[in-house]
Amino acid sequence: MTSETHGAASGDAGPARAPGGLPAWADYGLLPLLNLTAALAVSALVILAIGENPLAVLSVMVGEALGYPEAVGYTLYYATGYIFTGLAVAVAFHAGLFNIGGEGQAYLGGLGAGLVALAVPGWPWWAAALAGTAAAGLFGAAWAWVPGWLQARRGSHIVITTIMFNFLAASLMTWLLVDVLIKPGQQSPESREFDPGVWLPTMDRALGWVGITVAPSPLNLSFLWALTCCGLVYLFLWHTRWGYALRVVGRNERAAVYAGMSPARVIVLAMALSGALAGFSGVNDILGVQHRLLLNVTNGVGFVGIAVALMGRNHPVGIVLAALLFGILAQGGGQVSFDFPRLNRELVMVIQGLVILFAGALEHLFRPRVAALFRRRAMAAVAGGGL
Amino acid sequence: MTTAPSAGEPPALELCGIDKWFGANHANVAVSLSVARGTIHGIIGENGAGKTTVMSIVYGYLRPDSGTVRLNGEPLACRSPADAIRRGVGMVHQHFMLVDTFTALENVLLGAEGGRLIGPALAHARRELERLARDYGLEVDLERPVGELPVGAQQRVEILKALYRGADLLILDEPTGVLTPPETVHLFRVLRALRAQGKTIVIITHKLREIMALTDRVTVMRRGRVVDTLATAATKREALAERMVGRTVPLTVDKPAATLGAPVLEVERLRVLGADGRERVRGVSFQVRAGEVVGIAGVSGNGQLELLEALAGMRPVAGGRVRLTGLDLTARPDLFTAGGLRRLGVAHVPEDRQKVGLVTGFPAYENLILGHHGDSALTGRLLMRWRAIKARCAAVMDRYDVRPRDVSLPVSGFSGGNQQKIVLAREIEADPALLLVGQPTRGVDIGAIDVIHRRLLDLRAAGKAILLVSVELDEILALSDRILVMFDGALVGETTPDAADERRLGLMMAGAASQS
Repeated sequence: MTSETHGAASGDAGPARAPGGLPAWADYGLLPLLNLTAALAVSALVILAIGENPLAVLSVMVGEALGYPEAVGYTLYYATGYIFTGLAVAVAFHAGLFNIGGEGQAYLGGLGAGLVALAVPGWPWWAAALAGTAAAGLFGAAWAWVPGWLQARRGSHIVITTIMFNFLAASLMTWLLVDVLIKPGQQSPESREFDPGVWLPTMDRALGWVGITVAPSPLNLSFLWALTCCGLVYLFLWHTRWGYALRVVGRNERAAVYAGMSPARVIVLAMALSGALAGFSGVNDILGVQHRLLLNVTNGVGFVGIAVALMGRNHPVGIVLAALLFGILAQGGGQVSFDFPRLNRELVMVIQGLVILFAGALEHLFRPRVAALFRRRAMAAVAGGGL
Repeated sequence: MTTAPSAGEPPALELCGIDKWFGANHANVAVSLSVARGTIHGIIGENGAGKTTVMSIVYGYLRPDSGTVRLNGEPLACRSPADAIRRGVGMVHQHFMLVDTFTALENVLLGAEGGRLIGPALAHARRELERLARDYGLEVDLERPVGELPVGAQQRVEILKALYRGADLLILDEPTGVLTPPETVHLFRVLRALRAQGKTIVIITHKLREIMALTDRVTVMRRGRVVDTLATAATKREALAERMVGRTVPLTVDKPAATLGAPVLEVERLRVLGADGRERVRGVSFQVRAGEVVGIAGVSGNGQLELLEALAGMRPVAGGRVRLTGLDLTARPDLFTAGGLRRLGVAHVPEDRQKVGLVTGFPAYENLILGHHGDSALTGRLLMRWRAIKARCAAVMDRYDVRPRDVSLPVSGFSGGNQQKIVLAREIEADPALLLVGQPTRGVDIGAIDVIHRRLLDLRAAGKAILLVSVELDEILALSDRILVMFDGALVGETTPDAADERRLGLMMAGAASQS
């Protein structure tokens, strides 16, 4: 790699010059932290109103998410899916598209992975994993390609079509699992279990091969693929001509036409890539954990991906961090309801919602104030230097 | 030459020393003028002369940096158009401010409902509008959605809106730009009827014919200043054109004699449609030879933009033939695209650098490869050679004196002139056979203008062909070897800078030559 040093300074991912004249560390570190703190503060008020101690709840939440090895495994397992869908939203976003169909694309990706796993009993796990991942990417890409094509060639709004494709995906999966793929002689709409040989190894098993012992958890090898995808997405967006074209189309479509690019082609490509990334999260769930096809396996991973991309500023590094946060909320939050009977699962969703609200929708809430603070400090420094 | 308004009665509108800055651009320089009550007053000038700015100040859209506005002798300090409307000022904009899906009646009432229930207001408005329509010939189908009305009728709705709100002073900004000739005749009839009823009308235009046909007095503006105010009856088109265009201020660029080579661009009977489907370029023929600068003069909006974009492959050609160094482009749609033309050696500096020529959120070095991101010199087999691109960007910024010399600064952080230098550098560095340039110095500070002009002449000296479109007559005169004048989609005249008679040029640009 010739241009590692180019790194973070490239393109609009370059944090060297954040908008609003903030230093990079404030824009990418301080502001998200402020937003998160605000979200937690409001959550604390809600918890207080219910009659529990917010600090106790927070400590349980963090403890259950990070306090012991098994918990960390679960947290990272959740984060894996969020990384995939976060990257999916980010790639589309850089092309000026708001892909909120990650849920359906992930669902279809799982179908692709599952069909491969059902079809190849007896294959070594790595061959099945490769084929299953490819199929997951292809299925997800195909599911996003249609809305992309409709946007590019017919002007159908991508937000409307992708959300409709979520419903289509749900209906399609219900039909497939109820009428086609269901294991004969069984009531629940699930396929038969895959041949254990093609299961994607869990991380504890894989680490066991090299003599490292960790606690068992659903965390599996797709986590490594998620991190690899982060690197690949980074290279693609900021170090290839296709990524450059994609970003130009996203920023200024007329300039793209002027430069001889075809916005329609770029839009279709961006959506296909986005769909493939979302589809990979199906590998995590289907090949890594469930080992069979079943309903509602995505469980909101596509929607959380939107929040992850928003909070992670559509940059792979930010997406990993944001995915970890949402992994903590998912894992720790799930445990909170066991310890505090008065706090049910819905309250955890309230907290998640508040994080999304403050980190995403109200992203600029603190920005002007912090920027003003930095301006004042800079001016004071200049004045002080002059004396 | 100025005739004082009748003694005793204060002028309907009086401006005193209005100054307005937009950043570094001095849009209005000590503008003073007075408009007598019950007259039609014209304000004429080229694009960017500050006509609209000064009237936007009267209407409360903009606040002057200094100077005062008086209405009927009373000071008028509008904070918003609402203030202006209360004081009896109405404005009809170049681009109508109507809700397309509302009926004419609803549009007129919008913002003047006068109560919680719409019913009584509608009834009152309908009676009132029928009276206005009768009195002034402002007939409009009140019940039809405005979007379905012809443009002339939409404009009448705008005028009705202003009158319904009690306007005594009516400002019209380029009112005939979108009208057909019969609609224009109708509008003038309405405006004369309004004058007869004692209303005062200010009309902003760059069309001499309209000034002569309609106004009582006329103020000529140039580069933000009032050049003169005259009684229309006591002046002639030629005199107005001369004042409007201004005497030659030859820019000090040394231009050696041209050494003409073979034709590079040959255009025959080219026709191009605008975004609205109307024909904007109507059968234009010309050629540009190697080592030659051909300047297309004209008031903006007469098809120059469409011509340039069509030749750059950004807009389809509706008819005619285009040849590039002998190659018939119209027969090769695969090459007649923005990307294909760039590979054939056509560079393009678009009119609107921020919306078309640059991605303002990207740093300078990423903008330097826009359109060339596929070149193998810039991109490796897989990954972009950012380090080489940045080094090249730094070198180019040195050569073109782009300030600040920061390759990673987003382009939005550069001034207009430096943005333009980046575009120009990118296009010239590609070593084109033909350069298409639109408004190379619009919104560019004087220092940068000089750099840009010298670079263009360097390119000419290197034997390249240049097609220059500009609304700045000085620029056309300083750079061109041949001058073509474009009006209403057609080339209405050709001359050379030495033989150019500015008065005639001004008349041709205003579309007067063909009619006189």
